[in-house]
Amino acid sequence: MFYTTPGSGWLDPLREMERMRQEMDRLFGELMPTLRREFPPMNIWAGENGVVVTAQVPGVRPDDLEITVHENTLTLKGRREPDPQAAAQDVAYHRQERSYGGFARTVALPFRVDPEKVNARFDNGILTMELPRPEADKPRRIQVRKA
Amino acid sequence: MSEQTAAATPAQTQPETTRKVPLRSPVTDIYETRDALVLLMEMPGVDANDVEIAVDNRVLTVTGRSSAKAPPGCTLVHAEYRDADYQRAFTLSDAVDPSRIDAVAADGVLRLTVPKAAPEPARRIAVRRA
Repeated sequence: MFYTTPGSGWLDPLREMERMRQEMDRLFGELMPTLRREFPPMNIWAGENGVVVTAQVPGVRPDDLEITVHENTLTLKGRREPDPQAAAQDVAYHRQERSYGGFARTVALPFRVDPEKVNARFDNGILTMELPRPEADKPRRIQVRKA
Repeated sequence: MSEQTAAATPAQTQPETTRKVPLRSPVTDIYETRDALVLLMEMPGVDANDVEIAVDNRVLTVTGRSSAKAPPGCTLVHAEYRDADYQRAFTLSDAVDPSRIDAVAADGVLRLTVPKAAPEPARRIAVRRA
């Protein structure tokens, strides 16, 4: 599934190639889980009033998440802290599959977003960001008058 | 403590789930403190009420059902993850006491604390005279 922004695509072949490269990386990343994938994984949903971006950020405290919206870019920054109990005492790891540390991702949206209207929820490790499109920016149907 | 081999995973002895989401093995950290074994399992989208933990014959099986829903009236245009149910099984050693497992779910991570078993005191058996 592709998500293109206006002005990218065929107008900008370099950007299109970069996007294809990222898409291939994503496909290979799914086949080979040992390869590093971008964190957090995000899904983008299109609705009538704008887009909804969901991200899987299990183990990140909502207070450690920072969402910024500027024009048509959405940036999600955050930090996943190691387990405080494990850090406080001398523990022996039997298995360590989770990763920790800071992360940041930027998503280009197909329209300008009103930062005042952005709504974010955090449920069981899934962050849902609702990014409505400003009323004035919505596409309008133009009636054709008879001459 | 070892993970079950694929052939012996309890998932295959149970009825097939009739859910539309895939079943994944949750990413897990396991560490040992002085008096317990702690498991941290990542299960994004799974509510605390939808986690099932079972111990049978020293096999600890954790199952989580995702309650994440698609935003209403929206279509998916770019996907990097799929909502999934989670299941993973571990065989516990004699060093821990599976009857006193504590489980807490927060921010999509399930924390299981399995206390270590008190060492069985050596018993003396008195010999009766016939």
